[in-house]
Amino acid sequence: MSVLAVADLHKSFGGVRAVSGVSFAVAPGEMLALIGPNGAGKSTCFNMLNGQLRPDGGRIALDGQDITGLAPRRVWRRGVGRTFQITATFASMTVRENVQVALLSHHRRIWRFWQPTSALFAAEADALLDQVGMEAQADRAAGVLAYGDLKRLELAVALANAPRLLLMDEPTAGMAPAERVALMQLTRDLTRRQHIAVLFTEHDMDVVFGVADRILVLNRGELIAEGDAAAIRADARVRAVYLGSGATSGGH
Amino acid sequence: MLTVEDLHSFYGRAHILHGVSFALAAGEVLVLLGRNGAGKSTTMKSLIGLVRPASGRIAFDGQDIAGWEPHRVARAGLGYVPEERRIFSELTVLENLEVGRRKPRDGRPAWTPERLFALFPNLAALRGRQGGRMSGGEQQMLTIARTLMGNPGLILLDEPSEGLAPVIVEQMADAILALKQQGVTVLLAEQNLHFAARVADRAAVIETGRIVWTGTMADLHGDEALRAAHLAV
Amino acid sequence: MDFVLVQLLTGLAAASSLFLVASGLTVIFGVTRVVNFSHGSLYMLGAYIGWSLLTRLPREPEWFALGVVATALATGGIGVLLETTLLRRIYRAPELLQLLATFGVVLMVQDIVLKLWGPADLSLPRPRWLRSFVVIAGERVPFFDLVLIGIGPLVLLALWLLFTRTRWGTLVRAATQDRDMVAALGVDQRLLFTSVFALGAALAGMGGALALPDGSANLQMDLTVITDAFVVVVVGGLGSVAGAYLASLLIALLQAFGIVLLPKITLVLVFAVMAVVLVLRPNGLLGRPPAEARGEAHVLALIRPASRALRLLGAAALVAALLAPLLAGPFLLSVLTEMLVAVLFAASLHFMMGPGGMASFGHAAWFGLGAYGAAFAAKFLLLPMPAGLVAAPLAAGAAAALFGWFVVRLSGVYLAMLTLAFAQIVWAAMFQSVEITGGDNGILGVWPAAWAADPRVFYWLTLALCVAGTLLLRRMLYAPFGYALRAARDSALRAEAVGLDTTRIRLAAFTLAGTAAGLAGGLSAYSNGSVFPTYISIGRSVDALVMVLLGGVQTIAGPVVGALAYTGLFDALLLVTDLWRLVLGAAIVVLVLAFPQGIAGTVQRLWLRGREA
Repeated sequence: MSVLAVADLHKSFGGVRAVSGVSFAVAPGEMLALIGPNGAGKSTCFNMLNGQLRPDGGRIALDGQDITGLAPRRVWRRGVGRTFQITATFASMTVRENVQVALLSHHRRIWRFWQPTSALFAAEADALLDQVGMEAQADRAAGVLAYGDLKRLELAVALANAPRLLLMDEPTAGMAPAERVALMQLTRDLTRRQHIAVLFTEHDMDVVFGVADRILVLNRGELIAEGDAAAIRADARVRAVYLGSGATSGGH
Repeated sequence: MLTVEDLHSFYGRAHILHGVSFALAAGEVLVLLGRNGAGKSTTMKSLIGLVRPASGRIAFDGQDIAGWEPHRVARAGLGYVPEERRIFSELTVLENLEVGRRKPRDGRPAWTPERLFALFPNLAALRGRQGGRMSGGEQQMLTIARTLMGNPGLILLDEPSEGLAPVIVEQMADAILALKQQGVTVLLAEQNLHFAARVADRAAVIETGRIVWTGTMADLHGDEALRAAHLAV
Repeated sequence: MDFVLVQLLTGLAAASSLFLVASGLTVIFGVTRVVNFSHGSLYMLGAYIGWSLLTRLPREPEWFALGVVATALATGGIGVLLETTLLRRIYRAPELLQLLATFGVVLMVQDIVLKLWGPADLSLPRPRWLRSFVVIAGERVPFFDLVLIGIGPLVLLALWLLFTRTRWGTLVRAATQDRDMVAALGVDQRLLFTSVFALGAALAGMGGALALPDGSANLQMDLTVITDAFVVVVVGGLGSVAGAYLASLLIALLQAFGIVLLPKITLVLVFAVMAVVLVLRPNGLLGRPPAEARGEAHVLALIRPASRALRLLGAAALVAALLAPLLAGPFLLSVLTEMLVAVLFAASLHFMMGPGGMASFGHAAWFGLGAYGAAFAAKFLLLPMPAGLVAAPLAAGAAAALFGWFVVRLSGVYLAMLTLAFAQIVWAAMFQSVEITGGDNGILGVWPAAWAADPRVFYWLTLALCVAGTLLLRRMLYAPFGYALRAARDSALRAEAVGLDTTRIRLAAFTLAGTAAGLAGGLSAYSNGSVFPTYISIGRSVDALVMVLLGGVQTIAGPVVGALAYTGLFDALLLVTDLWRLVLGAAIVVLVLAFPQGIAGTVQRLWLRGREA
């Protein structure tokens, strides 16, 4: 059974259709890429999936249960991790503390007023940081991390609630080419092992064609193509609205 | 046209640039390549004056502009197109262009909105549109057009291809080549090698705040070891 | 019908007066992002300068107009001075420190005006044309009212043309969004900011001069008008000139009719309107959600366990405080008791403001409700002091939970202004319920129990409760709740994305802060033996704010240091000079310029730097 099933999703802003009639599904352990021109509705789609936006119509089901219109924190409780296009971390805390907060929330230990936080779930936090190769930086302030490290911290935080599904909005934006592929390969290894489904948006075609199992193409709010890398590369419509000749993106 | 010598810059208390030196001839497109955090953006910001260099020399058209305030640097003919676009989202396209307008300093014909619309045809239909209601690609074109309104002799482009659809990146490359034909000198910071290869004449590779290699794009292309060592490609 | 017309015209005239001050404030805020507390001082200066000019000029209308324009130019010039000497240096400082610096200016201007013009209210002789009436629909309408009614829309139109039809206006609107980018495009943004500030100051000065015919120049007008202007700006939406006009109309008209229909409501009407508008529209009538501040993200300090040296210092201070009554006389002891109360009061504000990211302009509400809670328990329920000291935090905490439900949904200046609105509503309730609270005369005879009647015993009791309260708040910040609170402040987006209910967390923090402030208020009531509405005054809220900011928002020791420094400085100044406002104001300005991270924050930074080197 699929982890995420989206059926006939719709959203308009002031009469302008941002997303219309989008349907797809993601299987456990699958990496699904959502690509399309700037303004095609990718972010809108994402924000509806994690609850930041309420869809005008359609249904979103996680493991068969309807999560349409739930608030982001309730979506998270159902097992959906999220990383943001512009990294969002807690800048006044250390790397470890960032993960600890997510773990405290996952274990419903937030409403404690007496016990010092420092010892709570520290080992679990370090284990998660270890998975993403950040254990050496656990005591550094998140506010001073290099961009690529912030992305890996976000990944560790997103994995803290043992999610069923990971949503990653432009996970490699602003990274160097090799770092990009490395981060997504790391993500793929981690999620494969734990059967976590991943849905991500991306503009780097090396990453998309390199790691995605399947690719969806969105244009003007509608899905125009779906398939593996070879099928998408060969699709004339996708080339026209998005891929271009390939001269500046790797000549696919 | 531009000579940078032993530039040192700090960002807050972090020492980012450890003596950057390179030179750029008139009419040339030089690409600054390097990983994240290598110092590309800080170099750009130090040149325009948004980051005040701690030491070093920046000779531009015969003047040492190191330590000048941004508006003086811009008036001297240096144009800056930041990363992340930074358009004025509540202003219309025409108003955005108006903010950038400055009289040309040399005899060359001034850029006008109409000339820019010819260069970026996508913008022509949007002249009354608020900046915030444009797509990422349109915004990126607007930032470049806005800077050109100041009639700069040299334009700094900080990662113009970032976050854009491949087909838009191609249009961006065409626009930069067109600019070059019209005699505009370009300093480009990039991570997208395919894009850099299409538009640049020469490359300077920056790593931990120092230029570690300079050469032609052809040399770079042939030197796989170099790319692996410094660009991790 | 006649009544409606007369009140309508009165309201419209009042709206114009409000708009003149508020438009300047909103323009300055829109561009510089500085919450300029000294805008009321510019208005007051306008009134005094206007008085000096107009009493020397011939009495004809054209000379009056000339005098008003000259006043506007003069205050514009003062604005230039203020901007170039002070504000320019603090544009990159945190928003609240800018507020603190401009508050220092308010204090300084008060003493300067007092020295130059003396304490008496100054009013303008009213020549015939100023006293004349125009008959409209059978009603005599003051001619000057009609002039004012016309000026508001004219200024609105002029500002609109200026901002949308000139290159200067386009540049200003661009700079509002991204000043660095404007500079990088070759625009001298300093000149731009100075000119904007001068424009705002000129509008304030013009407002002050135009207030003369129907009032007077007096020393209270700065704070009265800044409060009203803030309300208008916030109701209209920060930075929106048209919004400011709408809000002026709304408030002035409600005021004009309210004063006749429901006289009692006028004290709170303005604040009630603001509360309703903010609850319905969190960004004001025409305001936009605040854009993410560009390139000015302040790196927030980590909160680390106190160092050994700091613990030792704290322990030493505690021992000294314990031994103090053995040496101190009664006067010093009462000052020390007051300082302890101030420490808890400041720590409670810091709790929501620093880690919680919710600055309050109305923290005195909880302090005052605690004090009244204790007084009611003592006077009406005849409860003993310990019960009173339980009632105080409970009353304040319950009220904070109730008001907090609305407050925590907002952010930034809007949130701060809503707390101010609630504080003013509480103040008015206490002030006007004369039968219960004695109104302005307060409640007297709230004395400590016999066992604590000795000032030394009461001091030790205060010491125990205030230190315990402060340490408890501190403990919570190191506990999971404190981390969740900081998580909600650092990134609400991320906090919600890891399952945190940020609204509930902020509400809990708000309630806890109110509870602690209530305890401070209760202690203060028993310490002074009385409770007055001044416990809830804006001045007291500002005290708390100044203490926290002086100490430093980002360090946990900050509020303690700030409270001691501020009350100490204040009491010392009162003893040595009658120009205490000037000195205190100057001291605040200098402290902000010298220690942008607050005293404790700066010490911490130097300490850390010393360690790393």
